[in-house]
Amino acid sequence: MAILVDSNTKVIVQGITGKQGEFHAQQMIAYGTKVVGGVTPGKGGSTAATSVPVFDTVDQAVKATGANTSIVFVPPPNAKDAIMESADAGVQLTVVITEHIPPLDAWKAIALASKLGTRVIGPNCPGVVSPGKSKVGIMPNPIFSPGGVGVVSRSGTLTYEVAYQLTRAGLGQSSVVGIGGDPVVGTSFTEVLAMFEDDPETRAVVLLGEIGGDAEEKAAEYISARMTKPVVAYVAGRTAPAGKRMGHAGAIVSGTEGTAETKIKTLELAGVRVAETPSEIPRLLAPSLR
Amino acid sequence: MKLFEHEAKAIFRSVGIPTPNGILIHSPEEAAGAYSKVDSNQVVLKTQVLVGGRGKAGGVVFASSGDEAMRLSQKLFSMKIKGEAVHSVLMEPKLDIRRELYLGVTYDKSKRSPVVVASSSGGVEIEEVAKTSPSSIVKQWVDSYTGFPAFMGRKLAAQLGLGGTLLQDFGQISSRLYTLFEAFDADLIETNPLAITGDGRLVAADARLNVADDALYRHSDLAKSERDRLASASTLEARAHEMGVQYVELEGDIGIIGNGAGLTMATLDLVNHFGGRPANFLDAGGGSSTESFLKALTILNDNPKVKVIFVNILAGITRCDDVANAIVTAQRTLNTSKKFVIRLAGTNEEEGKMILKQHSFNAYSDMEEAARRAVVLAGGAE
Repeated sequence: MAILVDSNTKVIVQGITGKQGEFHAQQMIAYGTKVVGGVTPGKGGSTAATSVPVFDTVDQAVKATGANTSIVFVPPPNAKDAIMESADAGVQLTVVITEHIPPLDAWKAIALASKLGTRVIGPNCPGVVSPGKSKVGIMPNPIFSPGGVGVVSRSGTLTYEVAYQLTRAGLGQSSVVGIGGDPVVGTSFTEVLAMFEDDPETRAVVLLGEIGGDAEEKAAEYISARMTKPVVAYVAGRTAPAGKRMGHAGAIVSGTEGTAETKIKTLELAGVRVAETPSEIPRLLAPSLR
Repeated sequence: MKLFEHEAKAIFRSVGIPTPNGILIHSPEEAAGAYSKVDSNQVVLKTQVLVGGRGKAGGVVFASSGDEAMRLSQKLFSMKIKGEAVHSVLMEPKLDIRRELYLGVTYDKSKRSPVVVASSSGGVEIEEVAKTSPSSIVKQWVDSYTGFPAFMGRKLAAQLGLGGTLLQDFGQISSRLYTLFEAFDADLIETNPLAITGDGRLVAADARLNVADDALYRHSDLAKSERDRLASASTLEARAHEMGVQYVELEGDIGIIGNGAGLTMATLDLVNHFGGRPANFLDAGGGSSTESFLKALTILNDNPKVKVIFVNILAGITRCDDVANAIVTAQRTLNTSKKFVIRLAGTNEEEGKMILKQHSFNAYSDMEEAARRAVVLAGGAE
């Protein structure tokens, strides 16, 4: 099991001849992901440095390879087009790594994808990994290990930090999902929590939140109403001042809205144990995994 | 990127959203001349700043003669509003306001779409209204194919209890405001208050337009003015922005460099947790090279408040040896007296640590041990 990606996942890389696309296609293959092809308009018929075939269109790539998943590295000005193209070609899942996509483009592309039945993860996210099965993303390969902890996060490197600490503590992961830190993203905390709740392999969940917006509050609502599996959370940005954007477009405290304090309180009221520091996460998880 | 009120109002006018006919002045000396041109004896003088809470800070005043306007302007131009200097003042005829409404468009994260928000309680922060009288707020989410035609605005107007020409005008204004939201790649556009005047017209008494930073590349005319407005920000923040580095200055003495927004925030929190005080947030970003780390280190080195520089890197795309080389170079070329605490993990960790060791730097693998050390070196309690 696991969620979103597993050993049946067949991936095409949109933007495979770019620097990032090429490097991460290699890394994904090294991880054991079935990368079946790439797409770069105008370069169809060639072979990428990764020795997978390159197609002009996603449609051709899907028809030739039977791919069911796409990962997008296309730069911001063409990213909207690339996401819509993947949905039009009928892939089930599109993981968008590209950062700095204008929100208007992200919204319109995601709206079309949802109409066509394609799930979008991201944009501006590290991707998804189901350790030992498949990685569709840019996370470093060695930090994961297979197991029963599901991780969902709005951030990239903080996810690595926590996966690294879980692995060092001997707690493997079922799937690790970075949903992205932009104002408009294709998949929410709540949706990923629901997938973990239904996944027999997942025994406990780690939720990594940050300041800004109300995604953590919505997640708390869901957890309190529907979730039976234990959830441990961490919220970054306790020391963030109001009105200053902390890196992510969404990570901003406006007035009294979106502070770490209110998020932590809401999560705790929903029965979630909230870690003070990242290293506390494995400690809080351990009892529920015995 | 936030636009000034006068810029936003000019954009509103360009699509036929009514605003008062104002005059922008750049010094108190221009006040008397401007007063004689404004079509009213009663004028309002509004400082043009980008921070919120201008009214409460005394940045909006009324005058009823040219002399008074000049006198008040002198005060306004010498003000600092939440640290922001006043470079210009907008003089407008004072409106005869009967009622104040709110109208705005922003992204609703949970619905993954823009939302048009209107309220019968305008003139105060909409977040405040949401808490105190949520029933006065009405919303319409936007479909990517239909956009926001005027009839949707009329629906909202009806829900607010408007009728007659007010309902018709509200439909038009809200539809035009939505058009601007898309055309300018805004992440927020609002008029608060949208005034109902004594003679029964709707007028955008205030205007806010924030362009999404990620879309600035297709608004090059606006991007250019961003440079000018940054000149008034903290100079280090302005320099960091030019370099493409995410930097926010704080009050403490421990300078922090991380890679990735979430991890960098967590690093600040950890330093704080152990009793230290972060001097800044600096996200060097993913895939950073030796050069970009060197720039980041230079920024922290130039901040006199910083005693300790804490570098916390968990490398994915980033390479630890690049980071190590930047630190070694920084120490040599910047001739710095600051103390370094370094945490390196991930891609090329061993190579990075080797480079540091050759130059007598110690590197931690564990972020908490490193954070503790940084706090101790800065002289804070643990």
